[in-house]
Amino acid sequence: MIGLRRFLAVLAARNREFIRDRSSWAWNVIFPVLLVIGLSIVFSGEDQTRFRVGVLSYDTAHELSDQRYTSFLHVDDENEAIRKVERHQLDALIDGSTKRYWINETSPNGYVLDQLLSRGDYQREPVTGNAVRYIDWVLPGILGVNMMFASLFGVGYVIVRYRKSGVLRRLKATPLSAFEFLAAQIVSRLWLILAVATTVFIGTHWLLDFTVRGSYLLLFFVLLLGALSLISLGLLMASRTPSEELAGGLLNLATWPMMLLSGAWFTLDAAPRWVQLAAEILPLTQVIAAARAVMIDGAGFVDIAPRLLMLAVFTLVCMVLGARLFRWEG
Amino acid sequence: MNPPLLEAINLTRRYGDLVAVNDISFKINTGQCVGLLGPNGAGKTTTVEMLEGLVSPTSGEVRYRGEPLKDQMASAAGIMFQSTALQDYMTVREALVMFSRFYDEPVPIDRLVEQCALDNFLDQDSRKVSGGQRQRLLLAIALVNNPDVLFLDEPTTGLDPDARQRFWHLISSIQAEGKTIVITTHYMEEARVLCDELMFMHQGKILAQGKPDTLLSERFEDATVSLPNEVADSVLDEFKLAFPEAMASRNDQSTSITTSELNQVLGYLVGTGADLSQLDVSKPTLDDLFMSLAAEGDAA
Repeated sequence: MIGLRRFLAVLAARNREFIRDRSSWAWNVIFPVLLVIGLSIVFSGEDQTRFRVGVLSYDTAHELSDQRYTSFLHVDDENEAIRKVERHQLDALIDGSTKRYWINETSPNGYVLDQLLSRGDYQREPVTGNAVRYIDWVLPGILGVNMMFASLFGVGYVIVRYRKSGVLRRLKATPLSAFEFLAAQIVSRLWLILAVATTVFIGTHWLLDFTVRGSYLLLFFVLLLGALSLISLGLLMASRTPSEELAGGLLNLATWPMMLLSGAWFTLDAAPRWVQLAAEILPLTQVIAAARAVMIDGAGFVDIAPRLLMLAVFTLVCMVLGARLFRWEG
Repeated sequence: MNPPLLEAINLTRRYGDLVAVNDISFKINTGQCVGLLGPNGAGKTTTVEMLEGLVSPTSGEVRYRGEPLKDQMASAAGIMFQSTALQDYMTVREALVMFSRFYDEPVPIDRLVEQCALDNFLDQDSRKVSGGQRQRLLLAIALVNNPDVLFLDEPTTGLDPDARQRFWHLISSIQAEGKTIVITTHYMEEARVLCDELMFMHQGKILAQGKPDTLLSERFEDATVSLPNEVADSVLDEFKLAFPEAMASRNDQSTSITTSELNQVLGYLVGTGADLSQLDVSKPTLDDLFMSLAAEGDAA
């Protein structure tokens, strides 16, 4: 049975530690806002150098294949590819086997490609939809990456620091249980991450006017489960690690693949299939994909349920393992 | 008859091939202040950690009030570690409040503040207090649960003489309340001032145990009488005839006479009418005992 008074005492201490540390505020709150603003400025212009065409099945005989400044991306999921045409993330989609092409009638790039494609014997499938700005697309990524660093370093690294400096040793000599201590660390970091993510979201929303098509409550739930999964991973990595040096290495080992492969900054559509599959294992991939689905596509709970289930299982496994492996001393 | 507060029975602790503590047994009664002495690596800290319940013995047993030690020490012990840290950005008051909330019946914070003289820096960041203030804070934290037994692991290491004296005074006042104290230290003066029972450890074994005066008198029968050379020259020839067993040694300034017949020697010297105004008598100290036991341990 958890000792509520002991849990709250450690929770208050950890919260104070975060709130009084000015560098934490800078990295966790100010930096992500500046990053969003910076990216919105950098990517405010249109990409005018290339046309992006999705290909469901390739027809090399088509005259479009000879066009310069056109990149072809092989896609498997027709519905997902059509959604990208709607969002202006693909300028056209071609299916060589059924001789059809999809074009967004409101897209300038789509208009140009439509002129070329309509000359052939392909059936035209018009779609509509407003363009998704890069900054709209990347915001869930920035929130996710910020959450990842705050979780892994805010829990994992801090526990290892406590262990090395002797804080854990001192706490071990009291009636405080490992469960009470770990629960306080998780809850402290969870509410801080959610408060920071909400602040960053509101701040950037106010500055850059994002559109959230889905439910705010569902988006909050995605962020909550995502934060829990990443905190649990931090807990597991810190469960026995004796030194900050080793912890730093382990945390980098976890964060870099997620930074690059989770789709936070760029899509993996053009990456090899095995890389895309490997990326699906990463919790950050699930968080960002689910958040994007809610924000951009207006996805509901059922649409993202598989991703939420995967996050829930990942959280449970990491938390149970982390708690069982936890040692006060290295 | 009440069982001892703490009892170690054939305690052994191994770390791989290293035997840190090797089959030791002892008892600690309520109200005692017991000092564990010994060179670095003697096994003092490991022994204390087994008593605290933080380290499990490889073999043997610790008993608390006659019962096998389980997790009783989490509530019953107050521990001041040799090296420890508190969470960052925490004031002295906040640290005390946090630790007091870990226990069901904590000592009121005001009482701890008064007892350990914390009032002048109560709202300071606990990382920014002086060495002496920090030790007093850590002692207050160790006392927050009104413990049955207080463990102090080298509590005054690194303190200046003034801060050390103040700390001894504080420990003495706690001892006067009847609290049982177990202290490890490298300072023999600290052990002499605070402890009423000493255990000398070496290579995981207890080489000697007892009250400080008893240990000294058991091992050192002799005292040393020093005289200025000019005074010694006037009496030494006849003195050697009267006390052939006494050992005399000489340096540039003085002559030292080591004897087990101190009263007779002093009586003889008074009888010679020599000027004894600069006479000095010294008895072996705990430092001498420490050196002697350590040398014995190394030789064994």
